[in-house]
Amino acid sequence: MAKTYDEINEKIKAGEVVVVTAEEMVGVVAEQGAAAAAEKIDVVTTGTFSPMCSSGAFLNFGHSTPRMKLTNAWLNEVPAYAGLAAVDVYIGAAEVAKGDPLNRDFPGEFNYGGGHVIHDLIAGKDVRLRAKAYGTDCYPRRELDTWINIEDLNECYLCNPRNAYQNYNVAVNVHADRDIYTYMGVVKRDLGSANYSSAGQLSPLLNDPYYRTIGIGTRMFLGGAQGYVYWQGTQHEPTGERNDKGVPTGGAGTLATVGDMKQMDPRYVVGVSMLGYGASLALGLGTAIPILDEEMAAFCGVSDADIVAPIVDYSRDYPNNEGAPLGHVSYADLKSGAIEIKGKRVPTTPLSSYVRAKEIAEKLKGWIKAGEFFLTEPVQPLPSPEESPGFKMLNYRPIEGEQAPPTDRLRSEGDTRLREGSE
Amino acid sequence: MSERRIVLRFPTELIDQPVISTMLERHELRFNILRAHITPDEEGLMVLGLEGTEQDLDGAMQWMRDQGVGVQPLERDVVRDEEKCTHCGACINICPTGALSMDVETREVSFDPDKCVACGLCVPVCPPRAMSVSF
Repeated sequence: MAKTYDEINEKIKAGEVVVVTAEEMVGVVAEQGAAAAAEKIDVVTTGTFSPMCSSGAFLNFGHSTPRMKLTNAWLNEVPAYAGLAAVDVYIGAAEVAKGDPLNRDFPGEFNYGGGHVIHDLIAGKDVRLRAKAYGTDCYPRRELDTWINIEDLNECYLCNPRNAYQNYNVAVNVHADRDIYTYMGVVKRDLGSANYSSAGQLSPLLNDPYYRTIGIGTRMFLGGAQGYVYWQGTQHEPTGERNDKGVPTGGAGTLATVGDMKQMDPRYVVGVSMLGYGASLALGLGTAIPILDEEMAAFCGVSDADIVAPIVDYSRDYPNNEGAPLGHVSYADLKSGAIEIKGKRVPTTPLSSYVRAKEIAEKLKGWIKAGEFFLTEPVQPLPSPEESPGFKMLNYRPIEGEQAPPTDRLRSEGDTRLREGSE
Repeated sequence: MSERRIVLRFPTELIDQPVISTMLERHELRFNILRAHITPDEEGLMVLGLEGTEQDLDGAMQWMRDQGVGVQPLERDVVRDEEKCTHCGACINICPTGALSMDVETREVSFDPDKCVACGLCVPVCPPRAMSVSF
């Protein structure tokens, strides 16, 4: 028997709702079948906690006296984008502090960046705001150097163009003569590690593979607060290959999310530094999936053994858009601690915290049981596999009359210099 | 026979003294240098594995203290900030001794100071910078 969003919300209000986490749902569906699970369970909660570079925040500082239209702004020396109205800025998670040696001393440490600024603001720490302007009649002030605190900001909200990748690559290093430093962590030479980053069976979009219940306007757990999906994420690509359960066998769908930083918990919004790669933000998010019918119950019953990820070489294939995956591997195998590739035992390295993903799914479950979180029907669905235009690579068009810039390749061992003339 | 791993801190005035060889003349111990960082005019640091009888080990440590060498058990050397660790697992294959490992069931990263040789490889690899080496 099918259920509606309203019926589930009535149960939440009455304190009668039955909620389990996506991890618990695996057992329920395996033991009782999807039909019985759909009768018994109303909501399944998901969670994930992982570096998500395509995150950032809009901040409004309030006006100074005299007024100022910020041209350039730095928060704890991390540049924020000020090409907006007077005192609005956007700070991106992957921005690094001014003067950071970057990869000049390879591999760079990237100890402080936009993700750390966002964490510090949410943690209630004072953050130094420095700004410059060219000055106008209505905004005459040209310099500012002061402390700001989240409490004093007008608005501050995370506004993330891409979060919650449905599935993701497993990174390996086949060709380099050294360990490589990537956004997937340190990938060891000679197939020395297989790095992965997904909560697997607990991950939001792996439990709703065709985006039946998640879309624009969907309320969710974002950084410890109630946030929303505002659009499909950038690079949303639902058209790829899927397994017999409808689960994508590679990247696929993504979410663009928004939420009030003033309500967030610094535990779920953590600045991180990826050695040799850059600064980022580890973000915790989760969704509440209404079990409308047997199909949704079956989707949420998916286990780590049912979900596979592509094994991709990050030493040659990924950076140069060459080759094909070395194969696929299940999250159950990845979580066992080692997988086999080309007859070799390869230890696995997770970048995504399953412990914290589970904590988020449990927390969201608690909110729903306590009647503090209600489900929302999407205002508009995310693009489906049929509707999506697919994913484009850059169509490189040489500029007439200009010499084409060099195309850099992976540096070999011992070459720690950057290309001459580059920053 | 017992085994101990210790961190030795040499004040600048002791850097050019043959402290370790004198200690080994006085006590019957096998030793293994796990890490050493000694620069003229600065404090020196050495991580040492020692094997011998309890009596010789105690005697050697006391003698080094008497010479002005700072002696402390190794596990105080690399520390994990429990608040900062998110248990992601980025460190587990970087750690050469298995001091950092993931429990396959609970998915928690455990840190076993007894296995740690204070190499410090985990420090820059940890995304939230939960690991630090303190000398």
